[in-house]
Amino acid sequence: MERRNIEEKIFKGLMLISTVVILSSLILILLTVLVKGFPYLSLAMVTQVPQGGYYLGKGGGILNAIVGSMYLAGGATFLAILFSLPVALYLNVYSKSDSKFVSACRFAFDVLCGVPSIVYGAFGFTIMIFFGMRASLLGGIIAIAMLIMPMMIRSMDEVIRLVPRELMDASYALGANRWETALKVVARQSLPGILTSILIAFGRGIGDAAAVIFTAGFTDAIPTSLLRPVATLPLAIFFQLGVPIPEVQGRAYASALILTILILIISLAARLLSKKLTRHVVK
Amino acid sequence: MDYQTHISVQNLNVHYGNQQVLKNITLNIPDRKITAIIGPSGCGKTTLLKSFNRLIDSVEGVKVSGQVLVDDENILDPKTEVTHIRKKMGLLLQKPYPLPMSIYDNVAYGPRIHGMKDKKRLDEIVERFLKKASLWDEVKERLSQPASMLSVGQQQRLCLARGLAVEPEIILGDEPTSALDPQSSQRIEHAFIELKQDYTIVIVTHILRQARRMADYVVFLYLGELIEHGPAWDIFNNPKQALTREYIKGLIS
Amino acid sequence: MKPLKVPMSARRVKDILASKIMLLFTLAALALIFLMVAGLYLKSKPILASQPLGELFFSSRWRPFRGEFGFLSFIMGTVWVTGVAVLIAVPLCLLTSIYLSEYAHSRIREWVKPLIDILAGIPSVVFGVWGMLVIVPFIKDVVAPFAGTFSTGYSVLAGGIVLAIMIFPVIIHVSLEIFRAVPQEIREASLAVGATRWQTIKHVVMRKALPGVAAAVVLGISRAFGETMAVLMVVGNVAKIPHSVLDPAYPLPALIANNYGEMLSIPLYDSALMLAALILLLVILVFNTLSKIILIRVQRSIR
Repeated sequence: MERRNIEEKIFKGLMLISTVVILSSLILILLTVLVKGFPYLSLAMVTQVPQGGYYLGKGGGILNAIVGSMYLAGGATFLAILFSLPVALYLNVYSKSDSKFVSACRFAFDVLCGVPSIVYGAFGFTIMIFFGMRASLLGGIIAIAMLIMPMMIRSMDEVIRLVPRELMDASYALGANRWETALKVVARQSLPGILTSILIAFGRGIGDAAAVIFTAGFTDAIPTSLLRPVATLPLAIFFQLGVPIPEVQGRAYASALILTILILIISLAARLLSKKLTRHVVK
Repeated sequence: MDYQTHISVQNLNVHYGNQQVLKNITLNIPDRKITAIIGPSGCGKTTLLKSFNRLIDSVEGVKVSGQVLVDDENILDPKTEVTHIRKKMGLLLQKPYPLPMSIYDNVAYGPRIHGMKDKKRLDEIVERFLKKASLWDEVKERLSQPASMLSVGQQQRLCLARGLAVEPEIILGDEPTSALDPQSSQRIEHAFIELKQDYTIVIVTHILRQARRMADYVVFLYLGELIEHGPAWDIFNNPKQALTREYIKGLIS
Repeated sequence: MKPLKVPMSARRVKDILASKIMLLFTLAALALIFLMVAGLYLKSKPILASQPLGELFFSSRWRPFRGEFGFLSFIMGTVWVTGVAVLIAVPLCLLTSIYLSEYAHSRIREWVKPLIDILAGIPSVVFGVWGMLVIVPFIKDVVAPFAGTFSTGYSVLAGGIVLAIMIFPVIIHVSLEIFRAVPQEIREASLAVGATRWQTIKHVVMRKALPGVAAAVVLGISRAFGETMAVLMVVGNVAKIPHSVLDPAYPLPALIANNYGEMLSIPLYDSALMLAALILLLVILVFNTLSKIILIRVQRSIR
């Protein structure tokens, strides 16, 4: 065999190994969480808040964290949509296509996407101090909203960008102005993609811990107002792991399993949504 | 033949960046006739058409000078409200682009935008213009279905009905049959010939036979310059310019 | 020849108003970058004023109670962990991307991509749990004895491995896109003169894609740099400069996250932590900008 062929064989083998290593790391993670968490999974875990002595191994569950994460991620997603949708529409409908301003905005949002969540957390914390706020649901919502907004803007932007220019022209030709076109044609055409972006951002919001560690606080109760502290699933996992009692650590694994399942469901839903709901979409 | 002018173009120049796509065009487009703009691809036909309803405004780096007068009003005047001009002109594109909504809503879209709310009158409008575009019989049972489920030929007629529903005076067509099968093309052509009693029609086409079949008036563009324009019979049978002659014989394309 | 004089209709007003409001939102979203830099800078001003920069960055003495804040151990901790992660991730990701782009059937590619997306979506705390359950014991029981030393397992290596897995999706995603953007004609031209597939990849595809791959790696580095929870859970958090991959480390993000409780009770402590956040932010802004610029250049040159 020629030398160059041997070299190719070797590298091809290495490539296959790498691919297998990377994919099996995913499988290994999912399996570990499943195997370790499943035995501790119980109905009480998802239907009860921590009872007295929960962190010493007594009864209760992490409903406070599940609901808290939903509240927090839901609120943050809502806040982020309020900003992201107008921005994404503005970049594609109101600005001339691919102008310098639009490219500069895309660039800036891409850079913002890379800012780590701990920085958003720290910045959120300084805002809260500035306004004299304490760690609360609202503080967490603001920090997470800042974290997911750039991603949401860019993914909505990419989706809206795919709307054919001619479709917008067809609406303009009927005498519609840009606002009417943006609202009735562009938003409708890209609706499935927009919903997918929203769901993915929601998933990011649920899974993040570093941005809420200063801003949201932690509590065993389900918050009754925006100004109360709130528990989140990732932090519940983190705190339970820190307790040197096997029962509590086991529940941390179960909580990790719950979080993972939640995230998988959301990303599956995002995938399905983008396939369904295309009834009105023009191809 | 005497023509009454509906659109009057005077010294129209269009630049995309450093490139000049239309060079000093001056011509009159007759009222209630079919005008065909012909010429090889890239000669500026579509640009000329889109400057009539100012759709070129949305192109980055475009510079327009000169005048386009419709009913003696200069539509290129920056003070003119674009939506008002566009309402006067229906547009059919190369490919049909139904809006992402139901068949009914597609036709009702324009009237609704312009303030029509009365459900009964909207129903009438939808029926009347779907009939005018000879689509009514095919879709009357399923008006609430998404427009994207129609065939391409039906979609193009829907787009025609949608354009007519804002009651324009002018219909612009940018190679409106190029994506259609021969039968659907024929239907659109027939619809145009009927419509010219009430509307001024301007179509861009690269199919010479189509221009021969339909046009009353022909405009020949070449590389952004207006080479010749005149009544269809004259252009096809007695062209004055050598370039027109060559193009009509199919020597340049 | 008069311009159409149409009175400002309600529709027009709405359109213009919407335009202005949306522009305002866009500018507000963009302002986030500047607000963050400014906000964190203001907060870290006290510490910058109290100590010379050289001491902050090049001293490893960290005694908040005595007002000594030397960031060197934390900076080195971040550098070590990120370095190990990149060393592990880059070869694996490159080989995988080349395989997926150049050898794999498109059906395999379409299968693998969503799996990589899932990996990208796993919350970092879950990575941390997994690291504690699998990687830390593995290092303690297998790697350390093998190397003839002792380690608790909570180490630079553990952090690096977990981080490497976390940045797989970033690097693969970007470099795969770059490889796919290399025009097919260039490959065919090389194959046509008798080169093997591997030679074509090595001499033609890689050459075209190299700057893009560099951008992918830079993006991976900046992702690793700021990752907090997962690393914090497995890296040991000992404020000393590590000397081997089996030593524990204390990266900057972990420092910030671990001390939020105490920071308001010790003078200058909060300022020091905000300075740490500012350093992270600035480094990452620079890295991301760099990588973005390279990517834009590459995409232009390939087309």
